[in-house]
Amino acid sequence: MTGVGDEREPREAAQLAARASYGRLVAYLARRWRDVAAAEDALGDAFVAALESWPRVGVPDKPEAWLLAVARRRLVDVARHASVQGRAAHDLAPELDRAERDPVFPDERLKLLFVCAHPAIDERARTPLMLQTVLGLDATTIASAFLVAPGTMGQRLVRAKARIRDARIGFEVPEPHELSERLGTVLEAIYAGYGTGWDDVAGADGRGHALAEEAIWLGRLVTRLLPQEPEAHGLLALMLHCEARRASRRDADGAYVPLDRQDVRLWSRSMIDEAETSLASASRSGTPGRFQLEAAIQSVHAARAVTGHTDWPAIGLLYAGLLACAPTIGARVGHAAALAEAESAQAGMEALAAIPSAAVATYQPYWALRAHLLGRLGRGGEASEAYDRAIGLSENAAVRDFLAGQARLAAGGRS
Amino acid sequence: MKYTILIYETAADFAARTDERRKDAYWGAYRAYTKALADAGVMTGGAALQPSHLATTIRPHDGKQRVQDGPYAEAKEQLGGYYVIDVPDLDQALAWAARCPAASTGAVEVRPNLSM
Repeated sequence: MTGVGDEREPREAAQLAARASYGRLVAYLARRWRDVAAAEDALGDAFVAALESWPRVGVPDKPEAWLLAVARRRLVDVARHASVQGRAAHDLAPELDRAERDPVFPDERLKLLFVCAHPAIDERARTPLMLQTVLGLDATTIASAFLVAPGTMGQRLVRAKARIRDARIGFEVPEPHELSERLGTVLEAIYAGYGTGWDDVAGADGRGHALAEEAIWLGRLVTRLLPQEPEAHGLLALMLHCEARRASRRDADGAYVPLDRQDVRLWSRSMIDEAETSLASASRSGTPGRFQLEAAIQSVHAARAVTGHTDWPAIGLLYAGLLACAPTIGARVGHAAALAEAESAQAGMEALAAIPSAAVATYQPYWALRAHLLGRLGRGGEASEAYDRAIGLSENAAVRDFLAGQARLAAGGRS
Repeated sequence: MKYTILIYETAADFAARTDERRKDAYWGAYRAYTKALADAGVMTGGAALQPSHLATTIRPHDGKQRVQDGPYAEAKEQLGGYYVIDVPDLDQALAWAARCPAASTGAVEVRPNLSM
């Protein structure tokens, strides 16, 4: 026991334990109890008990074991009251007892991540479920980040947890033959947390900002738990490259600064270095993939900090590779932008024209690029219409202002 | 499913409508937003409203109707207009509401319409 008297210390210890251990404790309890919601509730009670007790009696030597013990008693109590699970509680109590005696309990967060991103779970609930169970974020925060009504988000999370319990989705790391496919859904869910929108990746600080750090934390976790998986390293490299530019995305007046005009001195050298290290780990496997290619594209952009120019032909080639393995609308628009820079505005326009119009009706980056290229081609009237469309689809005031400025330039002649 | 996007604007928003330096940006943003809604085929109606000091409110008082100048209640933001959109679900209604210029300055409320 540590000394009693300093009230801040136990509170901080509890918060530290919450941050560091929440996901591990939930994963451990949920796997054995096969009920994520019950595990979370029990752990929540244990944290409340810690905040009450630790300031009085001091922080226990093994805070996690203490929390597990309280959570376990809570689970057993609840199960006794609900007789349906009585037998399970009886079976599980000894195992949880062992965990208390040996506080070096296994890290089962990877299994929990695979459960959260299981194909049987509603796709819209996967990322929120990870953020809640592994990081302990509350449903209201998650709802705002994903622009979903808080009540709806709460229902989705409850339904997803009920499905895990009722369908008895296994807390297992998939077998090697299905690992890469299942890992894909885990990585996609993490990237969705980072903010899949082009706006966020390209520079605007939308709602994704709040979750960027959490997503990177999850990305690091997966690379630690599965160091052999190149796509996990690719995703981490991609997120770090984007995150490295955060400080340069707005000027001193808060105006939006597009990537090609960002002051490279504001980019985070340490994050770029970590991204490059991660990308190098990935490429040693010799198995390319979507996230590695996207990270490689960002790596070419990052090289401008050293070389002073952007190698657009290289970016065009990487996008061509990306289209071969993940032909998303975002990749097609990115490819068109690269062609416009590497070859001509006309080449970019032709690539945009090949995208089905129904797919881009509400896709802001398409309209922003189209407007920019029409402006370069001197087609001011059409550029102005496309700028309006892009502005109307933007959520961010700084981005709207930037596009309005570009529209004025295009209307006044060639930009 | 029809939803109404209620636009609550700040005093600064209302002032921007006629401010020489800001009116182009203000109206430009709404023109663009309206165009995006129309081009996406989701807009079914809407209106911009004059500032609330031009409102006249009727309320019952002692069994009679009383007519008053101005808004019903003072608030930091006042109703400045609305759009009616037709989209499959609340998620998409919220996605459109987030793009409304007032979502960056005042407040935007989304309500499902009662179908009659």
